[in-house]
Amino acid sequence: MPVSRTADDLPEWRRRTTAGDFAVWGAWLAGLALTVACFEFISGRTIWAFVWDAPTQGADLVQRMFPPAWTYADVLWKPMWDTINIATLGTLLAIAIGFPMAFLAAHNTTPSVLFVRPVMLFLIVSSRSINSLIWALILVIVFGPGMLAGILAIGLRSVGFIAKLTYEAIEEIDRTQVEAVTATGASNPQVLAWAIVPQIMPAFAGISVFRWDINIREATVLGLVGAGGIGMQLQASINTLAWPQVTMIFILILGTVVVSEWVSARVRHAVI
Amino acid sequence: MSATAFDAAAAARAWRPPPLIASPLLRYAIYGGALLYALLAVGTLEVNWARAAEGLERGARFIAGFFPPDFVTKRHDIMEGLMESLTMTVVSTVIGVALSIPVAVGAARNLAPLPIYLFCRAIIAISRTFQEIIIAIVFVAMVGFGPLAGMLTLSFATIGFMAKLIAEDIEDIAEEQAEAVRATGASWFQLLAWGILPQVKPRLIGLSAYRLDINFRESAVLGLVGAGGIGDTLNTAFDRYEFDTAAAILIVIIAIVLAAEYSSSWIRRKVQ
Amino acid sequence: MLLTLSGLTKRYPTGDLALKGVNLEVPKGQVMALIGPSGAGKSTLIRCVNRLVEPTSGSVVLDGTEITGLGAAALRRARRRMGMIFQEYALVERLTVMENVLSGRLGYVGFWSSWFRRFPRRDVEEAFRLLHRVGLDHMVDKRADALSGGQRQRVGIVRALMQDPQLLLVDEPTASLDPKTSRQIMRLILELCEERGLAAIINIHDVALAQQFARRIVGLRAGEIVFDGPATELTPEVLTTIYGEEDWSQTIRAVEEDEEEAVPA
Ligand SMILES: Nc1ncnc2c1ncn2[C@@H]1O[C@H](COP(=O)(O)OP(=O)(O)O)[C@@H](O)[C@H]1O
Ligand SMILES: [Mg+2]
Repeated sequence: MPVSRTADDLPEWRRRTTAGDFAVWGAWLAGLALTVACFEFISGRTIWAFVWDAPTQGADLVQRMFPPAWTYADVLWKPMWDTINIATLGTLLAIAIGFPMAFLAAHNTTPSVLFVRPVMLFLIVSSRSINSLIWALILVIVFGPGMLAGILAIGLRSVGFIAKLTYEAIEEIDRTQVEAVTATGASNPQVLAWAIVPQIMPAFAGISVFRWDINIREATVLGLVGAGGIGMQLQASINTLAWPQVTMIFILILGTVVVSEWVSARVRHAVI
Repeated sequence: MSATAFDAAAAARAWRPPPLIASPLLRYAIYGGALLYALLAVGTLEVNWARAAEGLERGARFIAGFFPPDFVTKRHDIMEGLMESLTMTVVSTVIGVALSIPVAVGAARNLAPLPIYLFCRAIIAISRTFQEIIIAIVFVAMVGFGPLAGMLTLSFATIGFMAKLIAEDIEDIAEEQAEAVRATGASWFQLLAWGILPQVKPRLIGLSAYRLDINFRESAVLGLVGAGGIGDTLNTAFDRYEFDTAAAILIVIIAIVLAAEYSSSWIRRKVQ
Repeated sequence: MLLTLSGLTKRYPTGDLALKGVNLEVPKGQVMALIGPSGAGKSTLIRCVNRLVEPTSGSVVLDGTEITGLGAAALRRARRRMGMIFQEYALVERLTVMENVLSGRLGYVGFWSSWFRRFPRRDVEEAFRLLHRVGLDHMVDKRADALSGGQRQRVGIVRALMQDPQLLLVDEPTASLDPKTSRQIMRLILELCEERGLAAIINIHDVALAQQFARRIVGLRAGEIVFDGPATELTPEVLTTIYGEEDWSQTIRAVEEDEEEAVPA
């Protein structure tokens, strides 16, 4: 933008944009150099012969994947149902923990800015940095393989997500509504329930449903580390190179995700 | 008091707090559905409670195994995995963002002809439906183990994420502004550069920074299916019961995510 | 005296000295207008009374109770006796009219009764009576964000009255309303104060409106009281001390015209 403006603008202005131009070009150049260097690194760890073979491999893979093993679907209904339950129960768990956490973390509702808030922010970041698959990996070691590890993994990962977005919503509320309720002589819990909760409810419902939608996707792969759901079947089929079964699983996942996305969009539309 | 007869007592007796959902039919349908789901979900939950109870004790031992975290013994492996993750993150974000722009333009109904629109929307849908891990499985099957598969996976996921949000942004921009540029007789590319780009640019930068953050977090799990990165190292540590090394890796991941989060929110504030 | 402020001083953490040792007495049942330019400290003054803003020094005594220095629970009980009305109405937008009105009783009911909206029948009856009085009894279950400005301010007034207060603290009640609605709202507040024998401090920066509706006027300038007297003594000289140099003849003439106009209305 600055370049095109200089033509009819004042000279001083032009000098400044020229300096800006250099900075911008420099940044682009540095970014490009960094990207190329990174790619070199990856390239050094790649067996290119395999990559050149990829089109053949791909074509071969597609050939082996079709037609899908339609009858395999009969075995998949239960794991799919488990997957949905992992996502749903995990999200409910995260809501139950994340909602109060958000109030402890938000600047305007936390009982202590110096102590409670930093602790909550640390818990939130830890929960968010660790992918649900890693959570699952840990929990499977602790609780053994199965749905429980999956539900807890989804829950632990989602707590941070829900708490973070919710506390941001709490920090953005209209303060005068809070003052008005405080001025009536309401107690702190009453102010929370009457002035703050109504204001964040739509955002909170939207956040929860949005996370549920994400969790459906996440739950489809938890089985790869033994945490229940359809990922277990996926793992088994891949290990036995049963590609038509893999295709069938993909189709089922696709269908479920499309439906969950539709549901989530409808609910978010309804609450806003 | 006013002269009109108004029976406050009767009105008060008749008044009920308004329910959350106005239509009684819908209300009971939703309550009934929720109850039914809860029964079904809990009824089909397969949890080995005995094993889970044992888990608490195991968990304690497990957590004890985490302390103190061991950064030293496997420092070479950790560095290697970290470099793979970071390079993968940078390259895939750059490639993904670059490719997402044409896809976003193609997926904006107000700019693209129908066939292109449908094609671009299909790319977005596929990329968003499948969890990164599943896509990584396919790429590993095609190009072999290593960070290249991870890089391709993340690039593909970035395209879907960015293109969807940018396309929505393009569709939302003030139509008059685009009209004004079009009225000057500008070509389609000039329209893009003058009417659309300035409006979506801040969001494009903000989203790219956010996606960089996500890509790093994802790069930490792709190793579970052989697509390179720190996840590979982590998985190995878990497999060998080297929990102190695993703890060190988790701490490194959290630290980097924290750093990324701060810098990406800083970038977003800058472009706002 | 219902309310006595002595040596009330407020310094914000930013360093702004908003009130400089204000002394003020308000007898039972008196409606008083507090005028002054923007930034004079009017809002700060009434917020110090119910301690939405914590005074830096000085004392606030309401009907024999020293408000400054009360603990949290006692402060809540004291707040029940002071109803507050806001410029931007400050209704909880996503709650219904009735819920907003009942929120005036929060200081009197326990948490769980209020959570389940179980208010004593007397409170609900009183709510209906007051809503009828302000002409909103047909809108009880409408959401607050569906109301017009004038209607919202009526709900705000009813919420304050539900507290069964002795004193109303009113912060620019008409600043967001059109001139006609402004007058109606001011008249309503005055009538209600008279009916119930309430005292009120009304912040207002519309001099004409203040003069028309309040008998006693207090002028605040830069955190200090520079005028305290009956509305009839509000001369151009006085206005100059409050607001600074300006041609006041227009304003004062406008007031007189307004008054004539207001009589048949
Ligand atoms: N929350 C606050 N923090 C810092 N300074 C404030 C705050 N509120 C008001 N002030 C300052 O106090 C002074 C009086 O403000 P205020 O009481 O709102 O005046 P008025 O209501 O008469 O317009 C002003 O100088 C204002 O800048
Ligand atoms: Mg003010």
